[in-house]
Amino acid sequence: MSVAAREPGAVIEQAPIRSRPGIVWQAIRKRPSAIVGATILGVVILGALLAPVLAPYDVHEQVGPVFGHPSWSHPVGLDDGGIDMLSLLMWGARVSLLVGFAATFVSMVIGGTIGVASGYFGGRTDTILMRITDYFLVIPDVPLMIVVAAIWGPSLFHIIIVIGILLWTSTARVIRAQVKSVRERVYVKRARALGAGHTRIVWSHVLPQVAPLLIANTVLTIAVAIFDETALAFLGLGDPSRVSLGKIIENAFQRAAISTGAWWAIVPPGLLVAAIILSCSLIGGAIEDALNPRLRVAHLAARSFRLRPLVGRGSEAV
Amino acid sequence: MKGADYVLKRLAFAVLTVFIAVTINFALFRLAPGSAVTNLARVPHATPETRLALKRQFGLDKSRFQQYVIYLQQLAHGNLGISFANSQPVTDNLRTALINSLPMVFLGTLFAIVFGTLTGIISAWRRGTTVEGVTVTTALGFYSMPTHWLGLMLVILFAGVLPTGGMSNEFLINPSFWTHVKDLGEHILLPALTLGLVLFGEYTLIVRSAMLETLGEDYVLTARAKGLRPAAILRRHALRNALLPITTLVALSLGYIVAGAILIETVFSWPGIGRAVYDAVLQRDYPMLQGAFLVLTVSVVLCNLIADLLYFRLDPRITE
Repeated sequence: MSVAAREPGAVIEQAPIRSRPGIVWQAIRKRPSAIVGATILGVVILGALLAPVLAPYDVHEQVGPVFGHPSWSHPVGLDDGGIDMLSLLMWGARVSLLVGFAATFVSMVIGGTIGVASGYFGGRTDTILMRITDYFLVIPDVPLMIVVAAIWGPSLFHIIIVIGILLWTSTARVIRAQVKSVRERVYVKRARALGAGHTRIVWSHVLPQVAPLLIANTVLTIAVAIFDETALAFLGLGDPSRVSLGKIIENAFQRAAISTGAWWAIVPPGLLVAAIILSCSLIGGAIEDALNPRLRVAHLAARSFRLRPLVGRGSEAV
Repeated sequence: MKGADYVLKRLAFAVLTVFIAVTINFALFRLAPGSAVTNLARVPHATPETRLALKRQFGLDKSRFQQYVIYLQQLAHGNLGISFANSQPVTDNLRTALINSLPMVFLGTLFAIVFGTLTGIISAWRRGTTVEGVTVTTALGFYSMPTHWLGLMLVILFAGVLPTGGMSNEFLINPSFWTHVKDLGEHILLPALTLGLVLFGEYTLIVRSAMLETLGEDYVLTARAKGLRPAAILRRHALRNALLPITTLVALSLGYIVAGAILIETVFSWPGIGRAVYDAVLQRDYPMLQGAFLVLTVSVVLCNLIADLLYFRLDPRITE
């Protein structure tokens, strides 16, 4: 904001928050933790996609003894059916990621639409939509998922829908807040004055501004969706015909992998889930932080306090 | 009185949410495979008299709307039907389960709040140092682990040292009071620790970002300019204001606690409400599942109401 803009009567325009889609890449590139997250996620996705090519064994075929120890030919050992764990993990990650991405897609469509509609139109639409969101926010997700999944019967499609229709609440609220502020920006008002319709304003002015936030939310929701899939599978509500990471953990637990001492049947799938959730959190967190300029200022921190008390505002840059 | 207005509004919201949950509950289970008649009255080994009594109690031969009204009436009297699994009233089963769950959940949550808040504050205060790196990584690590898997890892680590299943040693005959307490304490340790660690990760991250936001406020700068000691600024200026977002977010994590309880009780065979949900799912014990879902939802709504009122107490400005 230049000094000239402060002349009496001049309209002081707020500097627009940098929220072009490019900011997502910037945010990831700038942060070592986000790079680590993106790398891990990339490797897992690649391994899962290439499972048909890379997986050393068939996941329906017994290739060794029950709970066989890790060895050169089976680096992660064998499960309770003598199936190669490494191949299982690759195929399992495929299904888990599929559920994660598909359920997130469902919830982003719902959450994005509700958030944009609510923030953009305001008024009664906003009140009604936010009331609905509030109810969904309070009702605990997982028990409702369990009930619906138990009644509807276990299948991959059902699980995706069940998870998807319950995870959109926080997205809707975050997007709504952002859309509300974008709607009041001068260029949106100008576009409206020039005769742009709602669809055009939303598509070419509002959505691009909201996109980075939506991306951050998508990445964070993928983590929750994969967690939920693991939880549902553990409770015996997973698709019995598909091997997912959650299913592998459930199977190992049910077949007493722990009391047999077969830690390799239960530690790796959990670690893989944790790695996926961790990398999603790192990436999503980095984007969110980049979008929140308030986090960049610290007036009090151990480091700045001792080194140079009261010098400068953004004193973390020591 | 704006304050009374706010309290009333929150109360009305809570009541309405419970009502909606009850309605969802009614509707969902009418969609269950098989007709409602066979479902509710399908108690195994039930005498024809019981079956008939259930049918009459829940008006299963009447229209859907009448059934709904009857369901509400029965609910108001605490009648949730009869469990398929053990032919006992669902209400009795759930009461025992809830009483078993509470100490475990309370202990775990308390652990998480105490350590999560402390670590979160330290992490924000030591911003940009190794301490921050270590605390954030640890918190993210625990946050990322699937709850039940973390429980299983603790079972592997502590097998033989601590009991890993059930709530008490069944082979203790007529134990003295203190032996009994010690036994319970040993059994509660691992499940509570699992819940505590998972929530610890989440709370640390919440408290840290709330603290970071308040540390960037101008009043913190003013406090520093006045020459206050950092400890005083942290406690009186930063933490006090950070308490608001923390309260909201902790209230929102209640659903997470409930999910955690279901998974953890399954891993550790803890005879609580979470385990009841698991058993009900396995045995397709619909009345129990329905009842457990209701109890879980109502407790989350209640806790949210308490958080809302607490929020009002902390910051009387909000009257919306």
